Amino acid sequence: MNGNGWTPDRPIVSLKDVHKSFGSLQVLKGISLDVMKGEVVCIIGPSGSGKSTLIRCINALNDIQQGSITVEGQEVHDPKLDKLALRKKVGMVFQQYNLFPHKTALQNVMMAPLLVLKRNREEVERRARALLAKVRLQGKEDSYPGELSGGQQQRVAIARSLAMNPGVMLFDEVTAALDPETVKEVLVTIKELAGEGMTCILVTHEMGFARELADRIYFTDKGVIVEHGPPATFFDRAKDPRTREFLSQIL
Amino acid sequence: MLDAFAQFFRDLAADAPRWNFIFFYSEKQAGMVLSGLWMTIQLAAACLLFSVAIGIAGAAMQGAHSRLLRALVAGYIQFFRNTPPFVQLLFFYFALGRLTPTYSPDGWLEVPIVSNVGWAIISLSFFAGAFNVEIFRAGVEAVPKSTQEAAHSLGFTRLQTYRYIVLPLALRVSIPALNNNLVNLVKTTTQAFVIAVPELLYESITIWNDYPSAQNPMMLVLFVIYLALVGLVVMGMNRWERAMRIPGYGG
Amino acid sequence: MPKAIPGLTAAARTDLPVLHSHKALYAAASPIGFSRWLAGLPLWFPLMLAAAAAVWPLTAGAQSGSGESIAGAFETLLRWIPFLLFDGFTFTVLIGAATMLVGTLLGVFLGLGQISIHPAIAKLSYFLTQIFRNSPWLVLLFIVMLSFPFELNIGGLIIPVPDWIKAVIGLSLPIMANISEIVRGAVNSVPSAQWEAAESLAFTRQQTLWRIVLPQCIKRMIPPWMNWYAILTMATPIVSILGVEEVLNLTRQAIEAENNRPVLLIPFYSFVLLIFFLYCYPIARWTVRLERRFAVKL
Repeated sequence: MNGNGWTPDRPIVSLKDVHKSFGSLQVLKGISLDVMKGEVVCIIGPSGSGKSTLIRCINALNDIQQGSITVEGQEVHDPKLDKLALRKKVGMVFQQYNLFPHKTALQNVMMAPLLVLKRNREEVERRARALLAKVRLQGKEDSYPGELSGGQQQRVAIARSLAMNPGVMLFDEVTAALDPETVKEVLVTIKELAGEGMTCILVTHEMGFARELADRIYFTDKGVIVEHGPPATFFDRAKDPRTREFLSQIL
Repeated sequence: MLDAFAQFFRDLAADAPRWNFIFFYSEKQAGMVLSGLWMTIQLAAACLLFSVAIGIAGAAMQGAHSRLLRALVAGYIQFFRNTPPFVQLLFFYFALGRLTPTYSPDGWLEVPIVSNVGWAIISLSFFAGAFNVEIFRAGVEAVPKSTQEAAHSLGFTRLQTYRYIVLPLALRVSIPALNNNLVNLVKTTTQAFVIAVPELLYESITIWNDYPSAQNPMMLVLFVIYLALVGLVVMGMNRWERAMRIPGYGG
Repeated sequence: MPKAIPGLTAAARTDLPVLHSHKALYAAASPIGFSRWLAGLPLWFPLMLAAAAAVWPLTAGAQSGSGESIAGAFETLLRWIPFLLFDGFTFTVLIGAATMLVGTLLGVFLGLGQISIHPAIAKLSYFLTQIFRNSPWLVLLFIVMLSFPFELNIGGLIIPVPDWIKAVIGLSLPIMANISEIVRGAVNSVPSAQWEAAESLAFTRQQTLWRIVLPQCIKRMIPPWMNWYAILTMATPIVSILGVEEVLNLTRQAIEAENNRPVLLIPFYSFVLLIFFLYCYPIARWTVRLERRFAVKL
């Protein structure tokens, strides 16, 4: 479809031996993982283990020093890469929502399709309204981010990413900044998305959620993947002592 | 009605020789005040526009990758902020003006291509612009990097991010400081007097030199007009600030 | 179910940093913004000015075809430097000091007037402050120049009022208004709990103001006050319009005495800029240092 031979039976996102450092600080020390289309993958681990950096590298927000990352078969860190093309394929939701505070919820969702994809305004607006309804925000179209609760803002951010029709969604600790009572509304939204077959990569601290939703769990510590597997094996029969220690602390 | 108004002041001038509001009944002096006022308004408006444009462009250039460009902007700011605008006007008009080419519309007179009004606009715009660069730079710094990252991850180009996200937010933050600077600019336009720009102060002084009896009234009117002009700028800026307010943020 | 849901049944709460604090902006709006900026200038700046002064006569000479050498222009400047410095700039400094003295005395009164509990005094002080803060300096100067007599007659004793005294009065009006704002701002910056505490100890308002509040904020007023001195010094060249013989006026006279040779324009004016810079720069450094020191104590 896109001329580089990628077919849905191959991993949609593939990392091979990824190294990343900030100055002399090594954050990722050889990460490899594959995500198939429609899979939900959760990355967990102690803070400072490089989870967020990992997910940001997939979207080319950080560059890498060594290894390769491909999305739909396309090398992300190829200097010749058209970053815009990549970002149309990969949607990202941030911990701090990062909505544009001077635009209403509806405008936030409409901006990228209008400016980046240059779509027709009526069609974009129709779709944006539908997306906001999908994340249960009917009636909030004309509210500004500052007038919405954290959970509502995060759902606008999800709708905003979905408006670009991405093949993969990245969630970077999206519930970490939320009040406990609003965490659930965001998780429900993500669950529905996963249920529709969206490929999702999540960095999260919500273990119950990870266990329920994930197809596979990756545990990272100090820049390497320590252990991975389906949730049942991972949570109940972890092999590595580091994993067991981490799980005993948080469960 | 107008006749009665003129007659009143003509009588007043006859009764009280120190209160000769000549510009209220003599067409010639009325014309001088009006043309002076018009020149002041034009001068202020032109400098306002150019200085804001210089500020935006300079702030954008300060974020550029090129060291040379950044150094140029820094040098510009330092030169114009450090020297009194009054000396700048003299400098531009007498020193630089001497070096600019002239043309001869009628074959007799040599006219420089930049008039004294032109030099006043250039000099004052660069003066106020130097402050505006600093103001806008501070505004740009107030926009979180993560908001820009969100725009990048939605596929916005650098220019689109600046145009639609950074600039609108930075402008809002900058309004109070911009307000101060623009008020200062309106006040500084009077200094164009020194290179014989026929603005309000210049015309007023011509009138009171011709008619010493009109000194007091002229001063009074001068005062009122400048306070009104400054008031207009402040009111306009406050209205703009209110209109630009983002619901849900700030007190 | 009485539970409040932010954004739905209760006001939205957003404590995330959507815009960074506006602190950065105080570079432009702070009471000592000017000094802070001037103090931040690198030391190469005066050297750059000097270099410009050196290069200009070359180009100017080439333009006018007079072929006069740079050395000649500088020799001329050198001859005039003592005159410009000791007659011109000393007078500029004198005007600045006198203006500051008058402006501060009047400004403190006006500022205390602004915080007076008598509404009439407070309103009048506010009104005067706003008028003189928002009028162009040059307009104020002209008005004082024209409306003040050139001599005063006090009981038969005739005291002449020279132009420079009028200039001092004209310049001290905007300084007065800005000092007034400094006083008001500083007094308002003392927490209201201090007033309440003093009131609960049965201090009168006057006692509270003079014994409790003002001693606390006097240090806070010094840096912005010095900042205004630097701004004033930079503004003094405008009095040359009125014929006061300060440094800019004498420079113009010197150039005229040297037959208005265009090659002299830039070296002479650059010299003027340079002495202004060299005078204001240490003051700015000092202001910033004082502000930092007082900020720690408060």
